[in-house]
Amino acid sequence: MLYREAGQFKSTYAQDQQIFPILQDRIAIGALLLVVFVVVPLFGNQYWLSAILTPFLVLALATLGLNILTGYAGQLSLGTAAFMAVGAFMAYNAMLRIPHIPVIGAFIIGGLCAAAVGIVFGLPSLRIKGLYLAVATLACQFFVLWAINRVGWFSNYSSSGVITAQRMEILGYAIDTPASKYVLTLAIVALMALGAKNLMRSETGRAFMAIRDMDVAASVIGIQMMKTKLLAFAISSFYCGVAGALYAFCYLGTVEPEAFVLDLSFRVLFMMIIGGAGSILGSFLGAGFITMFPIFLNLASKSLENALGMEIPHALVSNTEAIIFGALIIFFLIVEPNGLARLWQIGKEKLRLWPFPH
Amino acid sequence: MSFFIEVLAGGLLAGVMYSLVALGFVLIYKASGVFNFAQGSLVFFAALTFVSLTERGWSFALALGVTLIAMVVLGVLIERIVLRPLVNQPPITLLMATIGLTFVLEGASQLMWGSQPHGLELGIPDVPIEWLSQKWNINISQFDLFAAFVAGALVVVLALLFQKTRIGRALRAVADDHQAALAVGIPLQHIWAIVWAVAGFVALVAGVMWGVRNGVQYALTFTALKALPVLILGGFESIAGAIVGGLIIGASEKLAEVYLGPFVGGGIESWFAYVVALVFLLIRPEGLFGEKIIDRV
Repeated sequence: MLYREAGQFKSTYAQDQQIFPILQDRIAIGALLLVVFVVVPLFGNQYWLSAILTPFLVLALATLGLNILTGYAGQLSLGTAAFMAVGAFMAYNAMLRIPHIPVIGAFIIGGLCAAAVGIVFGLPSLRIKGLYLAVATLACQFFVLWAINRVGWFSNYSSSGVITAQRMEILGYAIDTPASKYVLTLAIVALMALGAKNLMRSETGRAFMAIRDMDVAASVIGIQMMKTKLLAFAISSFYCGVAGALYAFCYLGTVEPEAFVLDLSFRVLFMMIIGGAGSILGSFLGAGFITMFPIFLNLASKSLENALGMEIPHALVSNTEAIIFGALIIFFLIVEPNGLARLWQIGKEKLRLWPFPH
Repeated sequence: MSFFIEVLAGGLLAGVMYSLVALGFVLIYKASGVFNFAQGSLVFFAALTFVSLTERGWSFALALGVTLIAMVVLGVLIERIVLRPLVNQPPITLLMATIGLTFVLEGASQLMWGSQPHGLELGIPDVPIEWLSQKWNINISQFDLFAAFVAGALVVVLALLFQKTRIGRALRAVADDHQAALAVGIPLQHIWAIVWAVAGFVALVAGVMWGVRNGVQYALTFTALKALPVLILGGFESIAGAIVGGLIIGASEKLAEVYLGPFVGGGIESWFAYVVALVFLLIRPEGLFGEKIIDRV
């Protein structure tokens, strides 16, 4: 780092427990929050706000949810998109059917419904583990989408199963511009990320990690398997549910059940792996990377077209994109299986000694 | 009653098709502990290569041979480039790598051969067998029976390979214990390459069978998702499990669709197999024929 912790002494337990123990870190995070909350919505352009930053934040939240379940508690899940779907459709129904409900209340109801579904599909985790569990969570993915498609109640009997998010209003302010939607998403994501960070430093978080590292040993030292595993499923699905609601209300606006297919689950899983399993920061890095990546590829192919002076067929571009995407994931897994968060950590440690590493 | 038998037989034969895909999973899992999510795209790749070659006027045998060689080369490449650097990583990392591989294979096969669907003919018509439908009023497709026969032959060949040959013994040793196998001088990397090549061969057979049934198209990659419940039901490590699991899943899926579907609005095929597999898992967490999981601290 360009700065060091030298001279900053911890004299109370509270100081010892701080998330950012170094003054400069606190200043940096404060500045970052100021920029993303004030400068970006004021000066960012519409396209960036609505098409890149908002989905990035929403997917980061979903990744965070998956990270709690898979990265911290060690229960592999392929049903993330299903939990998001539950959150989205139940938030819509809450807005529709409960008069005068505040938007945040609808989001919370969406999250709670997702948590309930998560608990039900988490029950098999008490008996089965690892890859078997991963395949079992696929049952959730297919069942939930089927139910939303088949049961008209979820989409208010719209013929194609498509829902349109209602108008949002908080304390009299209408949330209808890209900037206001971005700020709402950012506020929710920041709060929930802080919550997750603190949860993982608590007894519950340590119990999760104990189960991840070795569940037999964890149960021997008195961690209740059933309670803890189901809690992990519930919290994780709550996060995913809120992410789903935000996905529908702040990003897409109009959603069909097919927005939440297995592909989305995989994308979120990639974000978690590339960002770093078991890391809050990693959720954001991974989500950012995967969201930005197609845009970069697109730009690259555009500039290649300009350079060559000819049009590249669309199929060629999309297939090449898939190949590069897959290859990059394999490359990442080989080079740094612990993800971008680990690279960040290594970079920080290197910089701490820089420029005199010996 | 004859309708019930017809549905049951149809389901069992459809289950055989699932087993064909599941076999490829089992082979690789047994020998290397990798849960190969890319098996579905291997099936797609094999079928697409084969059908594209035949459409270019190659003879059946030649196209089959060339595709087989391509699958073997692909298997060796995958072992060399993807798996060897990932030795000793946790299973989830390996799973993720194979999901990445799925993207590469799907992109590459469509890049090479285009993405339009193809029809595939083997000369065996997909029509009911006459004497069965006349005598017992049961309609069973001729092609389904042929597919079942192929699957049976494949299992016999694989069983012979595993039980009677030197390579088979080495494969079983590697499956039992990597380190012990290495210690007695079995070249692990050759064995893995062989397993991936054999899995490529199984993928080719499955791809051709599914191709005839549904046409060779992108949707073929989803056969992997159909095979997953079969796998967890039968156990990841068991070839017999893949067959029996396929039969159970196929039969229960069809019966449920016919007798249960009308009450809940139909279309339950997409998840019913998973629920059946889950119920089995709750009773036997390692699948029907899987190795018993013993946890030690």
